[in-house]
Amino acid sequence: MNKRPFAITLDVGSSRANHTGSWRVERPVYVDRLPPCNNACPAGENIQGWLYEAESGNYEAAWRALVEENPFPAIMGRICFHPCETACNRVQVDEAVGINAVERFLGDYALAHGLRLPHPGAATGHRVLVVGAGPAGLSAAYHLRRMGHYVRLVDSSPKLGGMMRYGIPAYRLPRDVLDAEIARVIDMGVDVVLDHNVQDIERERELGNFDAVFLAVGAQLGKRVDIPAGDSSKILDAVTFLHQVADERPPMLGRRVVVYGGGDTALDAARTARRLGATEAVIVYRRTQDQMPAHGEELTQALGEGVTLRWLSTINQVDGDTIMIEKMRLNAEGFPEATGEFEALGADAVVLALGQETDLTLLERDGRVEVKDGVVQVASDLMTSDRGVFAGGDAVPANRTATVAVGHGKKAARGIDAFVRGVSVESVAKHELASFEHLNTWYYSDAERTQRPELEKVRRQDNFEEVVLGLTERNALFEARRCMSCGNCFECDNCFGVCPDNAVMKLGANGKYEIDYDFCKGCGICARECPCGAITMVPELI
Amino acid sequence: MLAQIEGSRAVAETVALCRPEVVCAYPISPQTHIIEAVGVMVKEGRLAPCEFINVESEFAAMSVAIGASATGARAYTATASQGLLYMIEAVYNAAGLGLPIVMTLANRAIGAPINIWNDHSDAMAVRDSGWIQLFAETNQEAADLHVQAFRLAEELSVPVMVCMDGFILTHAFEGVDLLEQSFVDSFLAPYDPRQVLDVDHPVSIGAMVGPEAFEEVRYLAHLRQLEALERIPAIAAEFTAATGRHSGGLIHSYRAEDATTIVVAMGSVLGTIKDAVDIRREAGESIGVVGITSFRPFPSAQVREALGHASQVVVIEKAFSIGHGGILATDVAMALRGSDCVIREVVAGLGGRPITRQSLERLFYRVEQGEVESLLFLDLDVDVVNREVERMRSTRHSGPSAENVLRDLGEPRVGQVS
Amino acid sequence: MTRRPIHFYQVGSFAVGNRLLSDGERTVQSDAARTNSIDSGHRACQGCGEALGARYALDAAMRATGNRVVAVNATGCLEVFSTPYPETSWRIPWLHSLFGNAPAVATGVAAALRVKGRDDVRVVSQAGDGGTVDIGFGALSGMFERNDDVLFICYDNEGYMNTGVQRSAATPPAARTATTEVVGPHPGNAFGQGKDLPRIAMAHDVAYVATATVADLHDLEAKVERAMQFRGARYLHILVPCPLGWGSDSSETIHVARLAKETGLFPVFEAEYGVVTSVSKIRRVTPVEEYLKLQRRFAHLFGKNPRPDIVTHLQEIANRNIERYGLRDEEVVAPRHARTEVEV
Repeated sequence: MNKRPFAITLDVGSSRANHTGSWRVERPVYVDRLPPCNNACPAGENIQGWLYEAESGNYEAAWRALVEENPFPAIMGRICFHPCETACNRVQVDEAVGINAVERFLGDYALAHGLRLPHPGAATGHRVLVVGAGPAGLSAAYHLRRMGHYVRLVDSSPKLGGMMRYGIPAYRLPRDVLDAEIARVIDMGVDVVLDHNVQDIERERELGNFDAVFLAVGAQLGKRVDIPAGDSSKILDAVTFLHQVADERPPMLGRRVVVYGGGDTALDAARTARRLGATEAVIVYRRTQDQMPAHGEELTQALGEGVTLRWLSTINQVDGDTIMIEKMRLNAEGFPEATGEFEALGADAVVLALGQETDLTLLERDGRVEVKDGVVQVASDLMTSDRGVFAGGDAVPANRTATVAVGHGKKAARGIDAFVRGVSVESVAKHELASFEHLNTWYYSDAERTQRPELEKVRRQDNFEEVVLGLTERNALFEARRCMSCGNCFECDNCFGVCPDNAVMKLGANGKYEIDYDFCKGCGICARECPCGAITMVPELI
Repeated sequence: MLAQIEGSRAVAETVALCRPEVVCAYPISPQTHIIEAVGVMVKEGRLAPCEFINVESEFAAMSVAIGASATGARAYTATASQGLLYMIEAVYNAAGLGLPIVMTLANRAIGAPINIWNDHSDAMAVRDSGWIQLFAETNQEAADLHVQAFRLAEELSVPVMVCMDGFILTHAFEGVDLLEQSFVDSFLAPYDPRQVLDVDHPVSIGAMVGPEAFEEVRYLAHLRQLEALERIPAIAAEFTAATGRHSGGLIHSYRAEDATTIVVAMGSVLGTIKDAVDIRREAGESIGVVGITSFRPFPSAQVREALGHASQVVVIEKAFSIGHGGILATDVAMALRGSDCVIREVVAGLGGRPITRQSLERLFYRVEQGEVESLLFLDLDVDVVNREVERMRSTRHSGPSAENVLRDLGEPRVGQVS
Repeated sequence: MTRRPIHFYQVGSFAVGNRLLSDGERTVQSDAARTNSIDSGHRACQGCGEALGARYALDAAMRATGNRVVAVNATGCLEVFSTPYPETSWRIPWLHSLFGNAPAVATGVAAALRVKGRDDVRVVSQAGDGGTVDIGFGALSGMFERNDDVLFICYDNEGYMNTGVQRSAATPPAARTATTEVVGPHPGNAFGQGKDLPRIAMAHDVAYVATATVADLHDLEAKVERAMQFRGARYLHILVPCPLGWGSDSSETIHVARLAKETGLFPVFEAEYGVVTSVSKIRRVTPVEEYLKLQRRFAHLFGKNPRPDIVTHLQEIANRNIERYGLRDEEVVAPRHARTEVEV
């Protein structure tokens, strides 16, 4: 049959009989490593995951991936201080991916397109009382509803949102956005009771036949310091000040406002004061500008709006329309110390932004929940010392940010779910971190970060219009595509293309790949040339 | 059609009748007239379709032929002497790959000293390459052999070399009866390759073969040449039946059936030998001739049959294995293993030295008288040799022998080299 | 320019594929239905650059011709590891004859195709650097000057690797090979020798000459495709690192090739009819040390008795290439500009 010359002439495909996989001493294995953004996200968002969807322009899928963990993309996209961007590996290439901006784009996209959150789970019959309708309480309510539990959400205020409404000015978080995202959660069937001050946890629990309670009462009390003052009526704390503004009953501050403190609340207070008509808004801070805990972007915006800054200064006395400032200097250890030099500063009002504390009256009365150093003590599942009572948000030891609170809400929901079902929380081992060393950044196209546009300064003076504007779709798409997909395959076909032995199979429909160990010689090129570090080499057991 | 033409021209015309599709050309005397003539025919469109390619070396010439043949084209080239040696790697390769290329070898000596005239050293140098080697006695046979060569090559997938004596045949004007195109077309079917580079049926040609199969590959090549021992006479017979001419075949016998002394030779010298034999026959000697047409494959059985009854065999050859002796004679001796026949090896005509009828008559006489040792160099100038031997013995820096010998002879030959 | 850069798609211009690209923007290699002209089971070393380069080039040629390619192969690693009896890795018609005659054999193939009127079938002839710049040089020059319709591809691994890593006329200065040992005051291969075959090819005025590396697939494939748009002799010179001969880790093959280009030691460019028409700019300027240090064949320049003088000499060679071909892209080295228009 074969009339061709023996041995010299061979038929195609015959080399596949030679299984070169036997040469291998190491085998490539596909892995999912933990992207640093995901690792850094207090709300536990799968950021790389939703950016992946956004990269292909599938914004709904991206949004759905996002709200798996966090029901407030539009809010988060405005007020989150995005530790994800600090952790982003792209920082070492050019600049971090604008994750927060894309998140906001997705949040706004969902609102504009009327996207609904997932349906609540089938009713379990379990009942949970959530005390406090701030980000932690709302997040818990959302996740508990998805699990099918009944949720009653109570809050002492007349409106939902907690500090998101009463602590964050509208120019940072427009109220229509806040209301819309909260309404979407409530629409999942949350039983809401407002203007209700819980007096006795145990009693509420018994009366409502609740299986569990989540305390998310926040830290609503502004810290005070003892400043000698002739007229204490001119001194108010920032929490109260911002709350009153949010309630549309702004106090009369006068022309010259001094804000004492260096955090984000201080900036919020100063910027709000400017908008209420103060011609001077001066922030007095003990340390240097660099040491301010406030976030850089906010400070830049504040300075741009005419807020001024007196650093290395403390307020010694408030007297009439004058305050006395003592200049400080940094000692050898970098701590501020008094210099004995004083300076008078004209001020019609002083706003103290020196931190917040939790109102512990309720808990102290209850006595079952352990409190230490002014905060509630919780276990890893956020359960307090009182069985079935969980706590989270600003009331427990953690960074006091809305995003942390949202994360707590989810975590508490899981803890509560396990508790009511009588099981323990399944702990999922974290994947290895996809550090920069795992990446081959050659492959990523050079792409500068997209800056978000801002409202013109002249238009910020006397109103609470939103300052930071959103990205256009085109820019959001660009920004999403700057994601390097650290540690997670994004189907670039590199492994499929660079294998000298054609030992990587492209599976097609699901976009994934598989190593053909019959032929893989273990050279390691696929792992070396994987842009995102999604392949690892594992020694063969010989 | 009978024509009075140069041997090269006769070959070129016949090659053209065989419709080669790729012809590669690199000039070397005395082959040039053949390839020049083919080139003209291609340019004129008489030979079409045909790609005539001027290459940069004989190595390229054979390589181009290899590529063309492997792609299913009938490929032809011609060379001689140094050119054959320059392409020798490709010569072996063509045979190893089983590509039915036909090549004319205008036999010429191999340098140094450089020499453009006829002998058979070049053909002998590729004796073991796997090519079929056919030797033409006359220009008529040279022309006719090419048609048979293509037929044979393509039937067996073996390359064939048609050897014709340089100048003596290539440049000689004789009457040659050229074949008709219609006959050649009927005699030689279009090339149907055993293997071909084809995008629709891809194969890999030219694999690396290790110890596990190499011997078998070589043995199969040998089997194909043994098959050729049957096909060569069959094709020649078919040719004879159609043309009436006895061109080709394995051997030609002349007055040998009853001879006690038989002379064996290859190529054009057979004509002179036959004349000398006729004269010796008239003088009453029992002498005949066997001409070997197919040197490879070597027709041992036929040679044995043709020579077996003789008491003496004289092998006259235009090449020898330095340090050993006759090459053809060795093959003849092997064919006659076990017989009582005495073999005389005669080396003659090297580098174009004329083999005259007189020399041959003298040789045959001396053979008859029992004066010839086993190895004889015909017409060797012993004085010249002795002088050079002496010079080399006495002087360390004796210089090149070729120039010394020319000086001794005192003849202005150097300038004649063309 | 033969290739339009792909506007920002994460990795669009550099990686093999990317799900975000349209089919037309992806490489041939990203296609699950690519030819795999050289199939699995071949016996190339782990991380062989030549196996990779050959598949890249031939698959691209196959796509460019509608799967009508016949290949001629010189003796060498590629031939030996692909066709040991009884197994061949080639999925295309393939012919191996000798070490030094691949260009001439290809001439014969092309002639046969022409005489048979098969102008749809195209001929690729391929060899390593030994079969190209040394033993096959005469035949290659002949093929060039006759302008035979052949694309000749040199897979340059800078030495005779199949025979055990000996020097060729493509071995770079200072490199250690078995015939340029690290001995004496001038260790490794001598400076001032060697052949620059792409420029020699250009001197033949053939239609197309290009260089490429296995590190830039988009560029390589575009060049093969471009080459197939011409008739007549064409030359493609592909740098294919050899882990064995260069002493680089098998996983570093592509990385090393990339650095060869980024240092300027291996200029990547293309030329038509003897005139350079485009160059691949250096993207991230890299000193030669980074390239050299990955390879044991240059290990004698570092370590206990370092030879900064030789490294400097090599850097000068790189600098001369950068100057000669204009490899430095000013836009890349200059400070970044604020981006005004977004390319998605």
